[in-house]
Amino acid sequence: METTTLTSNFKSEEYFINMGPQHPATHGVLRLLLTIDGEIIKKVEPDLGYIHRSIEKMCERDSYQQIVHLTDRMDYLSANINNEAVCLTVENALQLEIPDRVKVIRTIIGELTRISSHCLWWGVMGMDVGALTTYFYGFRDRELLNDIFEETCGARLTMNYNVPGGLMFDIHPNFVKRVKEFITHFKTKLPEYDRLLTDNIIFQKRAIGVGVLSKEDAISYGASGPVGRASGYSCDVRKHHPYSALDKVTFNEALRTEGDTYARYLVRIQEMWESMSIVEQLIDNIPEGEHRVATNAVIKLPKGEYYQKVETARGELGVYVISTGTKSPYRLKFRSPGFSNLSLLNHIAVGGKIGDLVATMATLDLVIPDIDR
Amino acid sequence: MNSALSITKNIHDWLFSIMPETAASIAEMVLIALVYLGIFAIAGLFLVLLERRVAAWFQLRIGPNRVGFQGLLQTMADAIKLLSKELTGTSKADKFLYNLAPYFVIISSLMALSVFPFTKEFQAFDINIGLFFLIAVSSIGVIGILLGGWSSNNKFAMIGAMRSGVQTISYELSIGLSLLTMVLITGSLQLSEIVEVQKSGWLIVQGHIPAIIAFMIYMIAGTAETNRAPFDMVEAESELGAGFHTEYSGMKFAYFFLAEFINMFIIAAIATTVFFGAWLSPFGITESIPMLGVFWFLLKALILVFLMMWFRWTFPRLRIDQLLTLEWKYLLPLNLANIVIMALLVWLNLTISF
Amino acid sequence: MKNEELQELIGSWSPNLTFAVEGSQYLNVSVPIDELHDIMFKLKHNDQTNLDYLFCLSGVDWGEELGVVYHLESTNFRHSLVVKTQTAERENPVIDSVYDIWATAEFHEREVFDFFGIKFNGHPNLKRLFLTDDWDGFPLRKDYEDNINMIIK
Repeated sequence: METTTLTSNFKSEEYFINMGPQHPATHGVLRLLLTIDGEIIKKVEPDLGYIHRSIEKMCERDSYQQIVHLTDRMDYLSANINNEAVCLTVENALQLEIPDRVKVIRTIIGELTRISSHCLWWGVMGMDVGALTTYFYGFRDRELLNDIFEETCGARLTMNYNVPGGLMFDIHPNFVKRVKEFITHFKTKLPEYDRLLTDNIIFQKRAIGVGVLSKEDAISYGASGPVGRASGYSCDVRKHHPYSALDKVTFNEALRTEGDTYARYLVRIQEMWESMSIVEQLIDNIPEGEHRVATNAVIKLPKGEYYQKVETARGELGVYVISTGTKSPYRLKFRSPGFSNLSLLNHIAVGGKIGDLVATMATLDLVIPDIDR
Repeated sequence: MNSALSITKNIHDWLFSIMPETAASIAEMVLIALVYLGIFAIAGLFLVLLERRVAAWFQLRIGPNRVGFQGLLQTMADAIKLLSKELTGTSKADKFLYNLAPYFVIISSLMALSVFPFTKEFQAFDINIGLFFLIAVSSIGVIGILLGGWSSNNKFAMIGAMRSGVQTISYELSIGLSLLTMVLITGSLQLSEIVEVQKSGWLIVQGHIPAIIAFMIYMIAGTAETNRAPFDMVEAESELGAGFHTEYSGMKFAYFFLAEFINMFIIAAIATTVFFGAWLSPFGITESIPMLGVFWFLLKALILVFLMMWFRWTFPRLRIDQLLTLEWKYLLPLNLANIVIMALLVWLNLTISF
Repeated sequence: MKNEELQELIGSWSPNLTFAVEGSQYLNVSVPIDELHDIMFKLKHNDQTNLDYLFCLSGVDWGEELGVVYHLESTNFRHSLVVKTQTAERENPVIDSVYDIWATAEFHEREVFDFFGIKFNGHPNLKRLFLTDDWDGFPLRKDYEDNINMIIK
């Protein structure tokens, strides 16, 4: 009887809190409706659409060359890989023979994009768990890559380097030299990342055992990229459905089995090493040849359905094109990795603290324009 | 006798010569308070600058270097900008408490400054419960944070304030107990006497192992007490936006901001006084020039401040439950054991003194 | 499993399925909407198909009909299958949700509901995902008109 009066006097209430659309941890305009009991997360409900531009609808009106430009604006951190996805779809549909030079350059730039994206992710990951210095370390190395991209194609972020049929320009004469310089530089800097954050006891305490995703759930929720691989689910498109020059290189798929925040973190760090090794294998023997094969000015895909998967820095990007033989697709669907990865946030964040949610979200590596296509 | 001290003496004599004793004492107190306020408001601003330069150094940047020589006037300019800014707030805030909160925070930090012995003579207020006064006053600040977080009618601010309450109450214990460990050697709470004892060796040397443990606990707890990273749960910008001061703007925000830096200096100053011999120079090398005591005091304090900045710019933040685990399961039992060891040490006369 | 084997196996489950391979790199199977959930459940849980990874769920407006296309892959056998279903109902199209089979379908189906207006039977939280609740119409349908936001060439 005593206890009942006590509990009724001191009842606790769950309350709602809006995380975002303007919130430092949501990395853009994602809004999370949190139901919280004290510090413990009871429910996470994402509210999307703050920057939805309906790219899929715009694609139904545009030509294929124009669509390539739109894809930059989805996952802007792997802009080049997104471009490549659309180009590959078109090329496969037209059954164009792409020169080896194009394939190799696409793969090198794709992997450099992945490193650049992971550098930014690493900086932001540190910032989300409260270590502000990581941000500047990540950006220091990313800046070198952006310089290389700028010299190659004139843009630092949304590169627009690929066109259906090849590349817009040939690589800059300095490209090979500077990429090699970068690899040498980054090989000394990546261990520094480990010393600053990976081996930090506070970071490990924050990350190990937090936001655990089992392999079954990862598959069921359609997790891909480092999120899936951290749960032991071998989902690297580069391994299972190689495209461009990826069938010519050897690399290890970064796989871990823990499925927690720390595993997702380590998978991304290992991916940077793997990407460097891929670039090293290709950079010395870029084949000579054309950088582009001629296509019709108006590209019309044969009637049919085409699906192309690529591995962006975030996971599996799918381009699903239904063509009726006109200059624009009848329907074009982008299967974005972030969208599926976001859908599992509620599943893994419930029961954790607010700090866990932020750390978990950081390792999902959400890019909001990728979700709000 | 050096000139600076003789000026204060002259002012003291002059005040007492022109008015009755009570009035003169009050006038002198007001004067001292104003001087301290001026000195430490400006010192606080320079600490902000120091933090920004140190952060820039850690982060491969340059930091503010344009306003004045090497950016020396940058934070002054910032303060003036903040003064001129509009004070906004939520419409449903509890206006009285909302406005009161920043003053609680800033006044409690300024009050604590009054008892530090910067040199033998340069100490505004030498009371016999000095250390006790310091601990007591520095915990008033949390009331301001709680009020500010609660009254601004914002859930993020509320969470921040609650975290602050939890954190400060927990870590007060460690601060108190670790300082108490040192009081066992000195036998006095009066700061001037604590310094006096250290003339035969700084306390961190005198108390050797338990003193070093106490110092480490003190620095951890002190960082937590000032709500700085890795214990900045209260602000936790990636979780709570800005925590308890989300809804504050302009000068009210600046009070919170300045108080954080003055608190950091206070924590470093207490450590300097209790562990590192306050104004005493190492091995008594400048004992003949008492004015250099200020230099030594500030040097020691700034090294400790730098240490705290180092923490902040390299460590990630703890989670709230880990924060409490650290205090209640590790620091507190360790601290209690440490006190017993220190008591044994003092009882068996095992302390080192020269 | 080869496409032919898959076709033979799945074809034996129901007589109402039609298969196609032309114009697509995957085997396509069209399923009537009333059998969709059963077939999908078998596709995932049958030991030989084991299509446990739903990697794409798209809504398509075929002009007359509204349809949903499911891209499935097996993480064990690495074979893929495309399942299509469609309904001629445009006013109130209802299709069974596959959310209980693949959890990822929860968000994808909400997206399809948002843009095509297809309701999913048994979906736990079927409401607008990207657009506001009071948005009029379903933008990715071919007959959607919006004179302010859409530029039509």
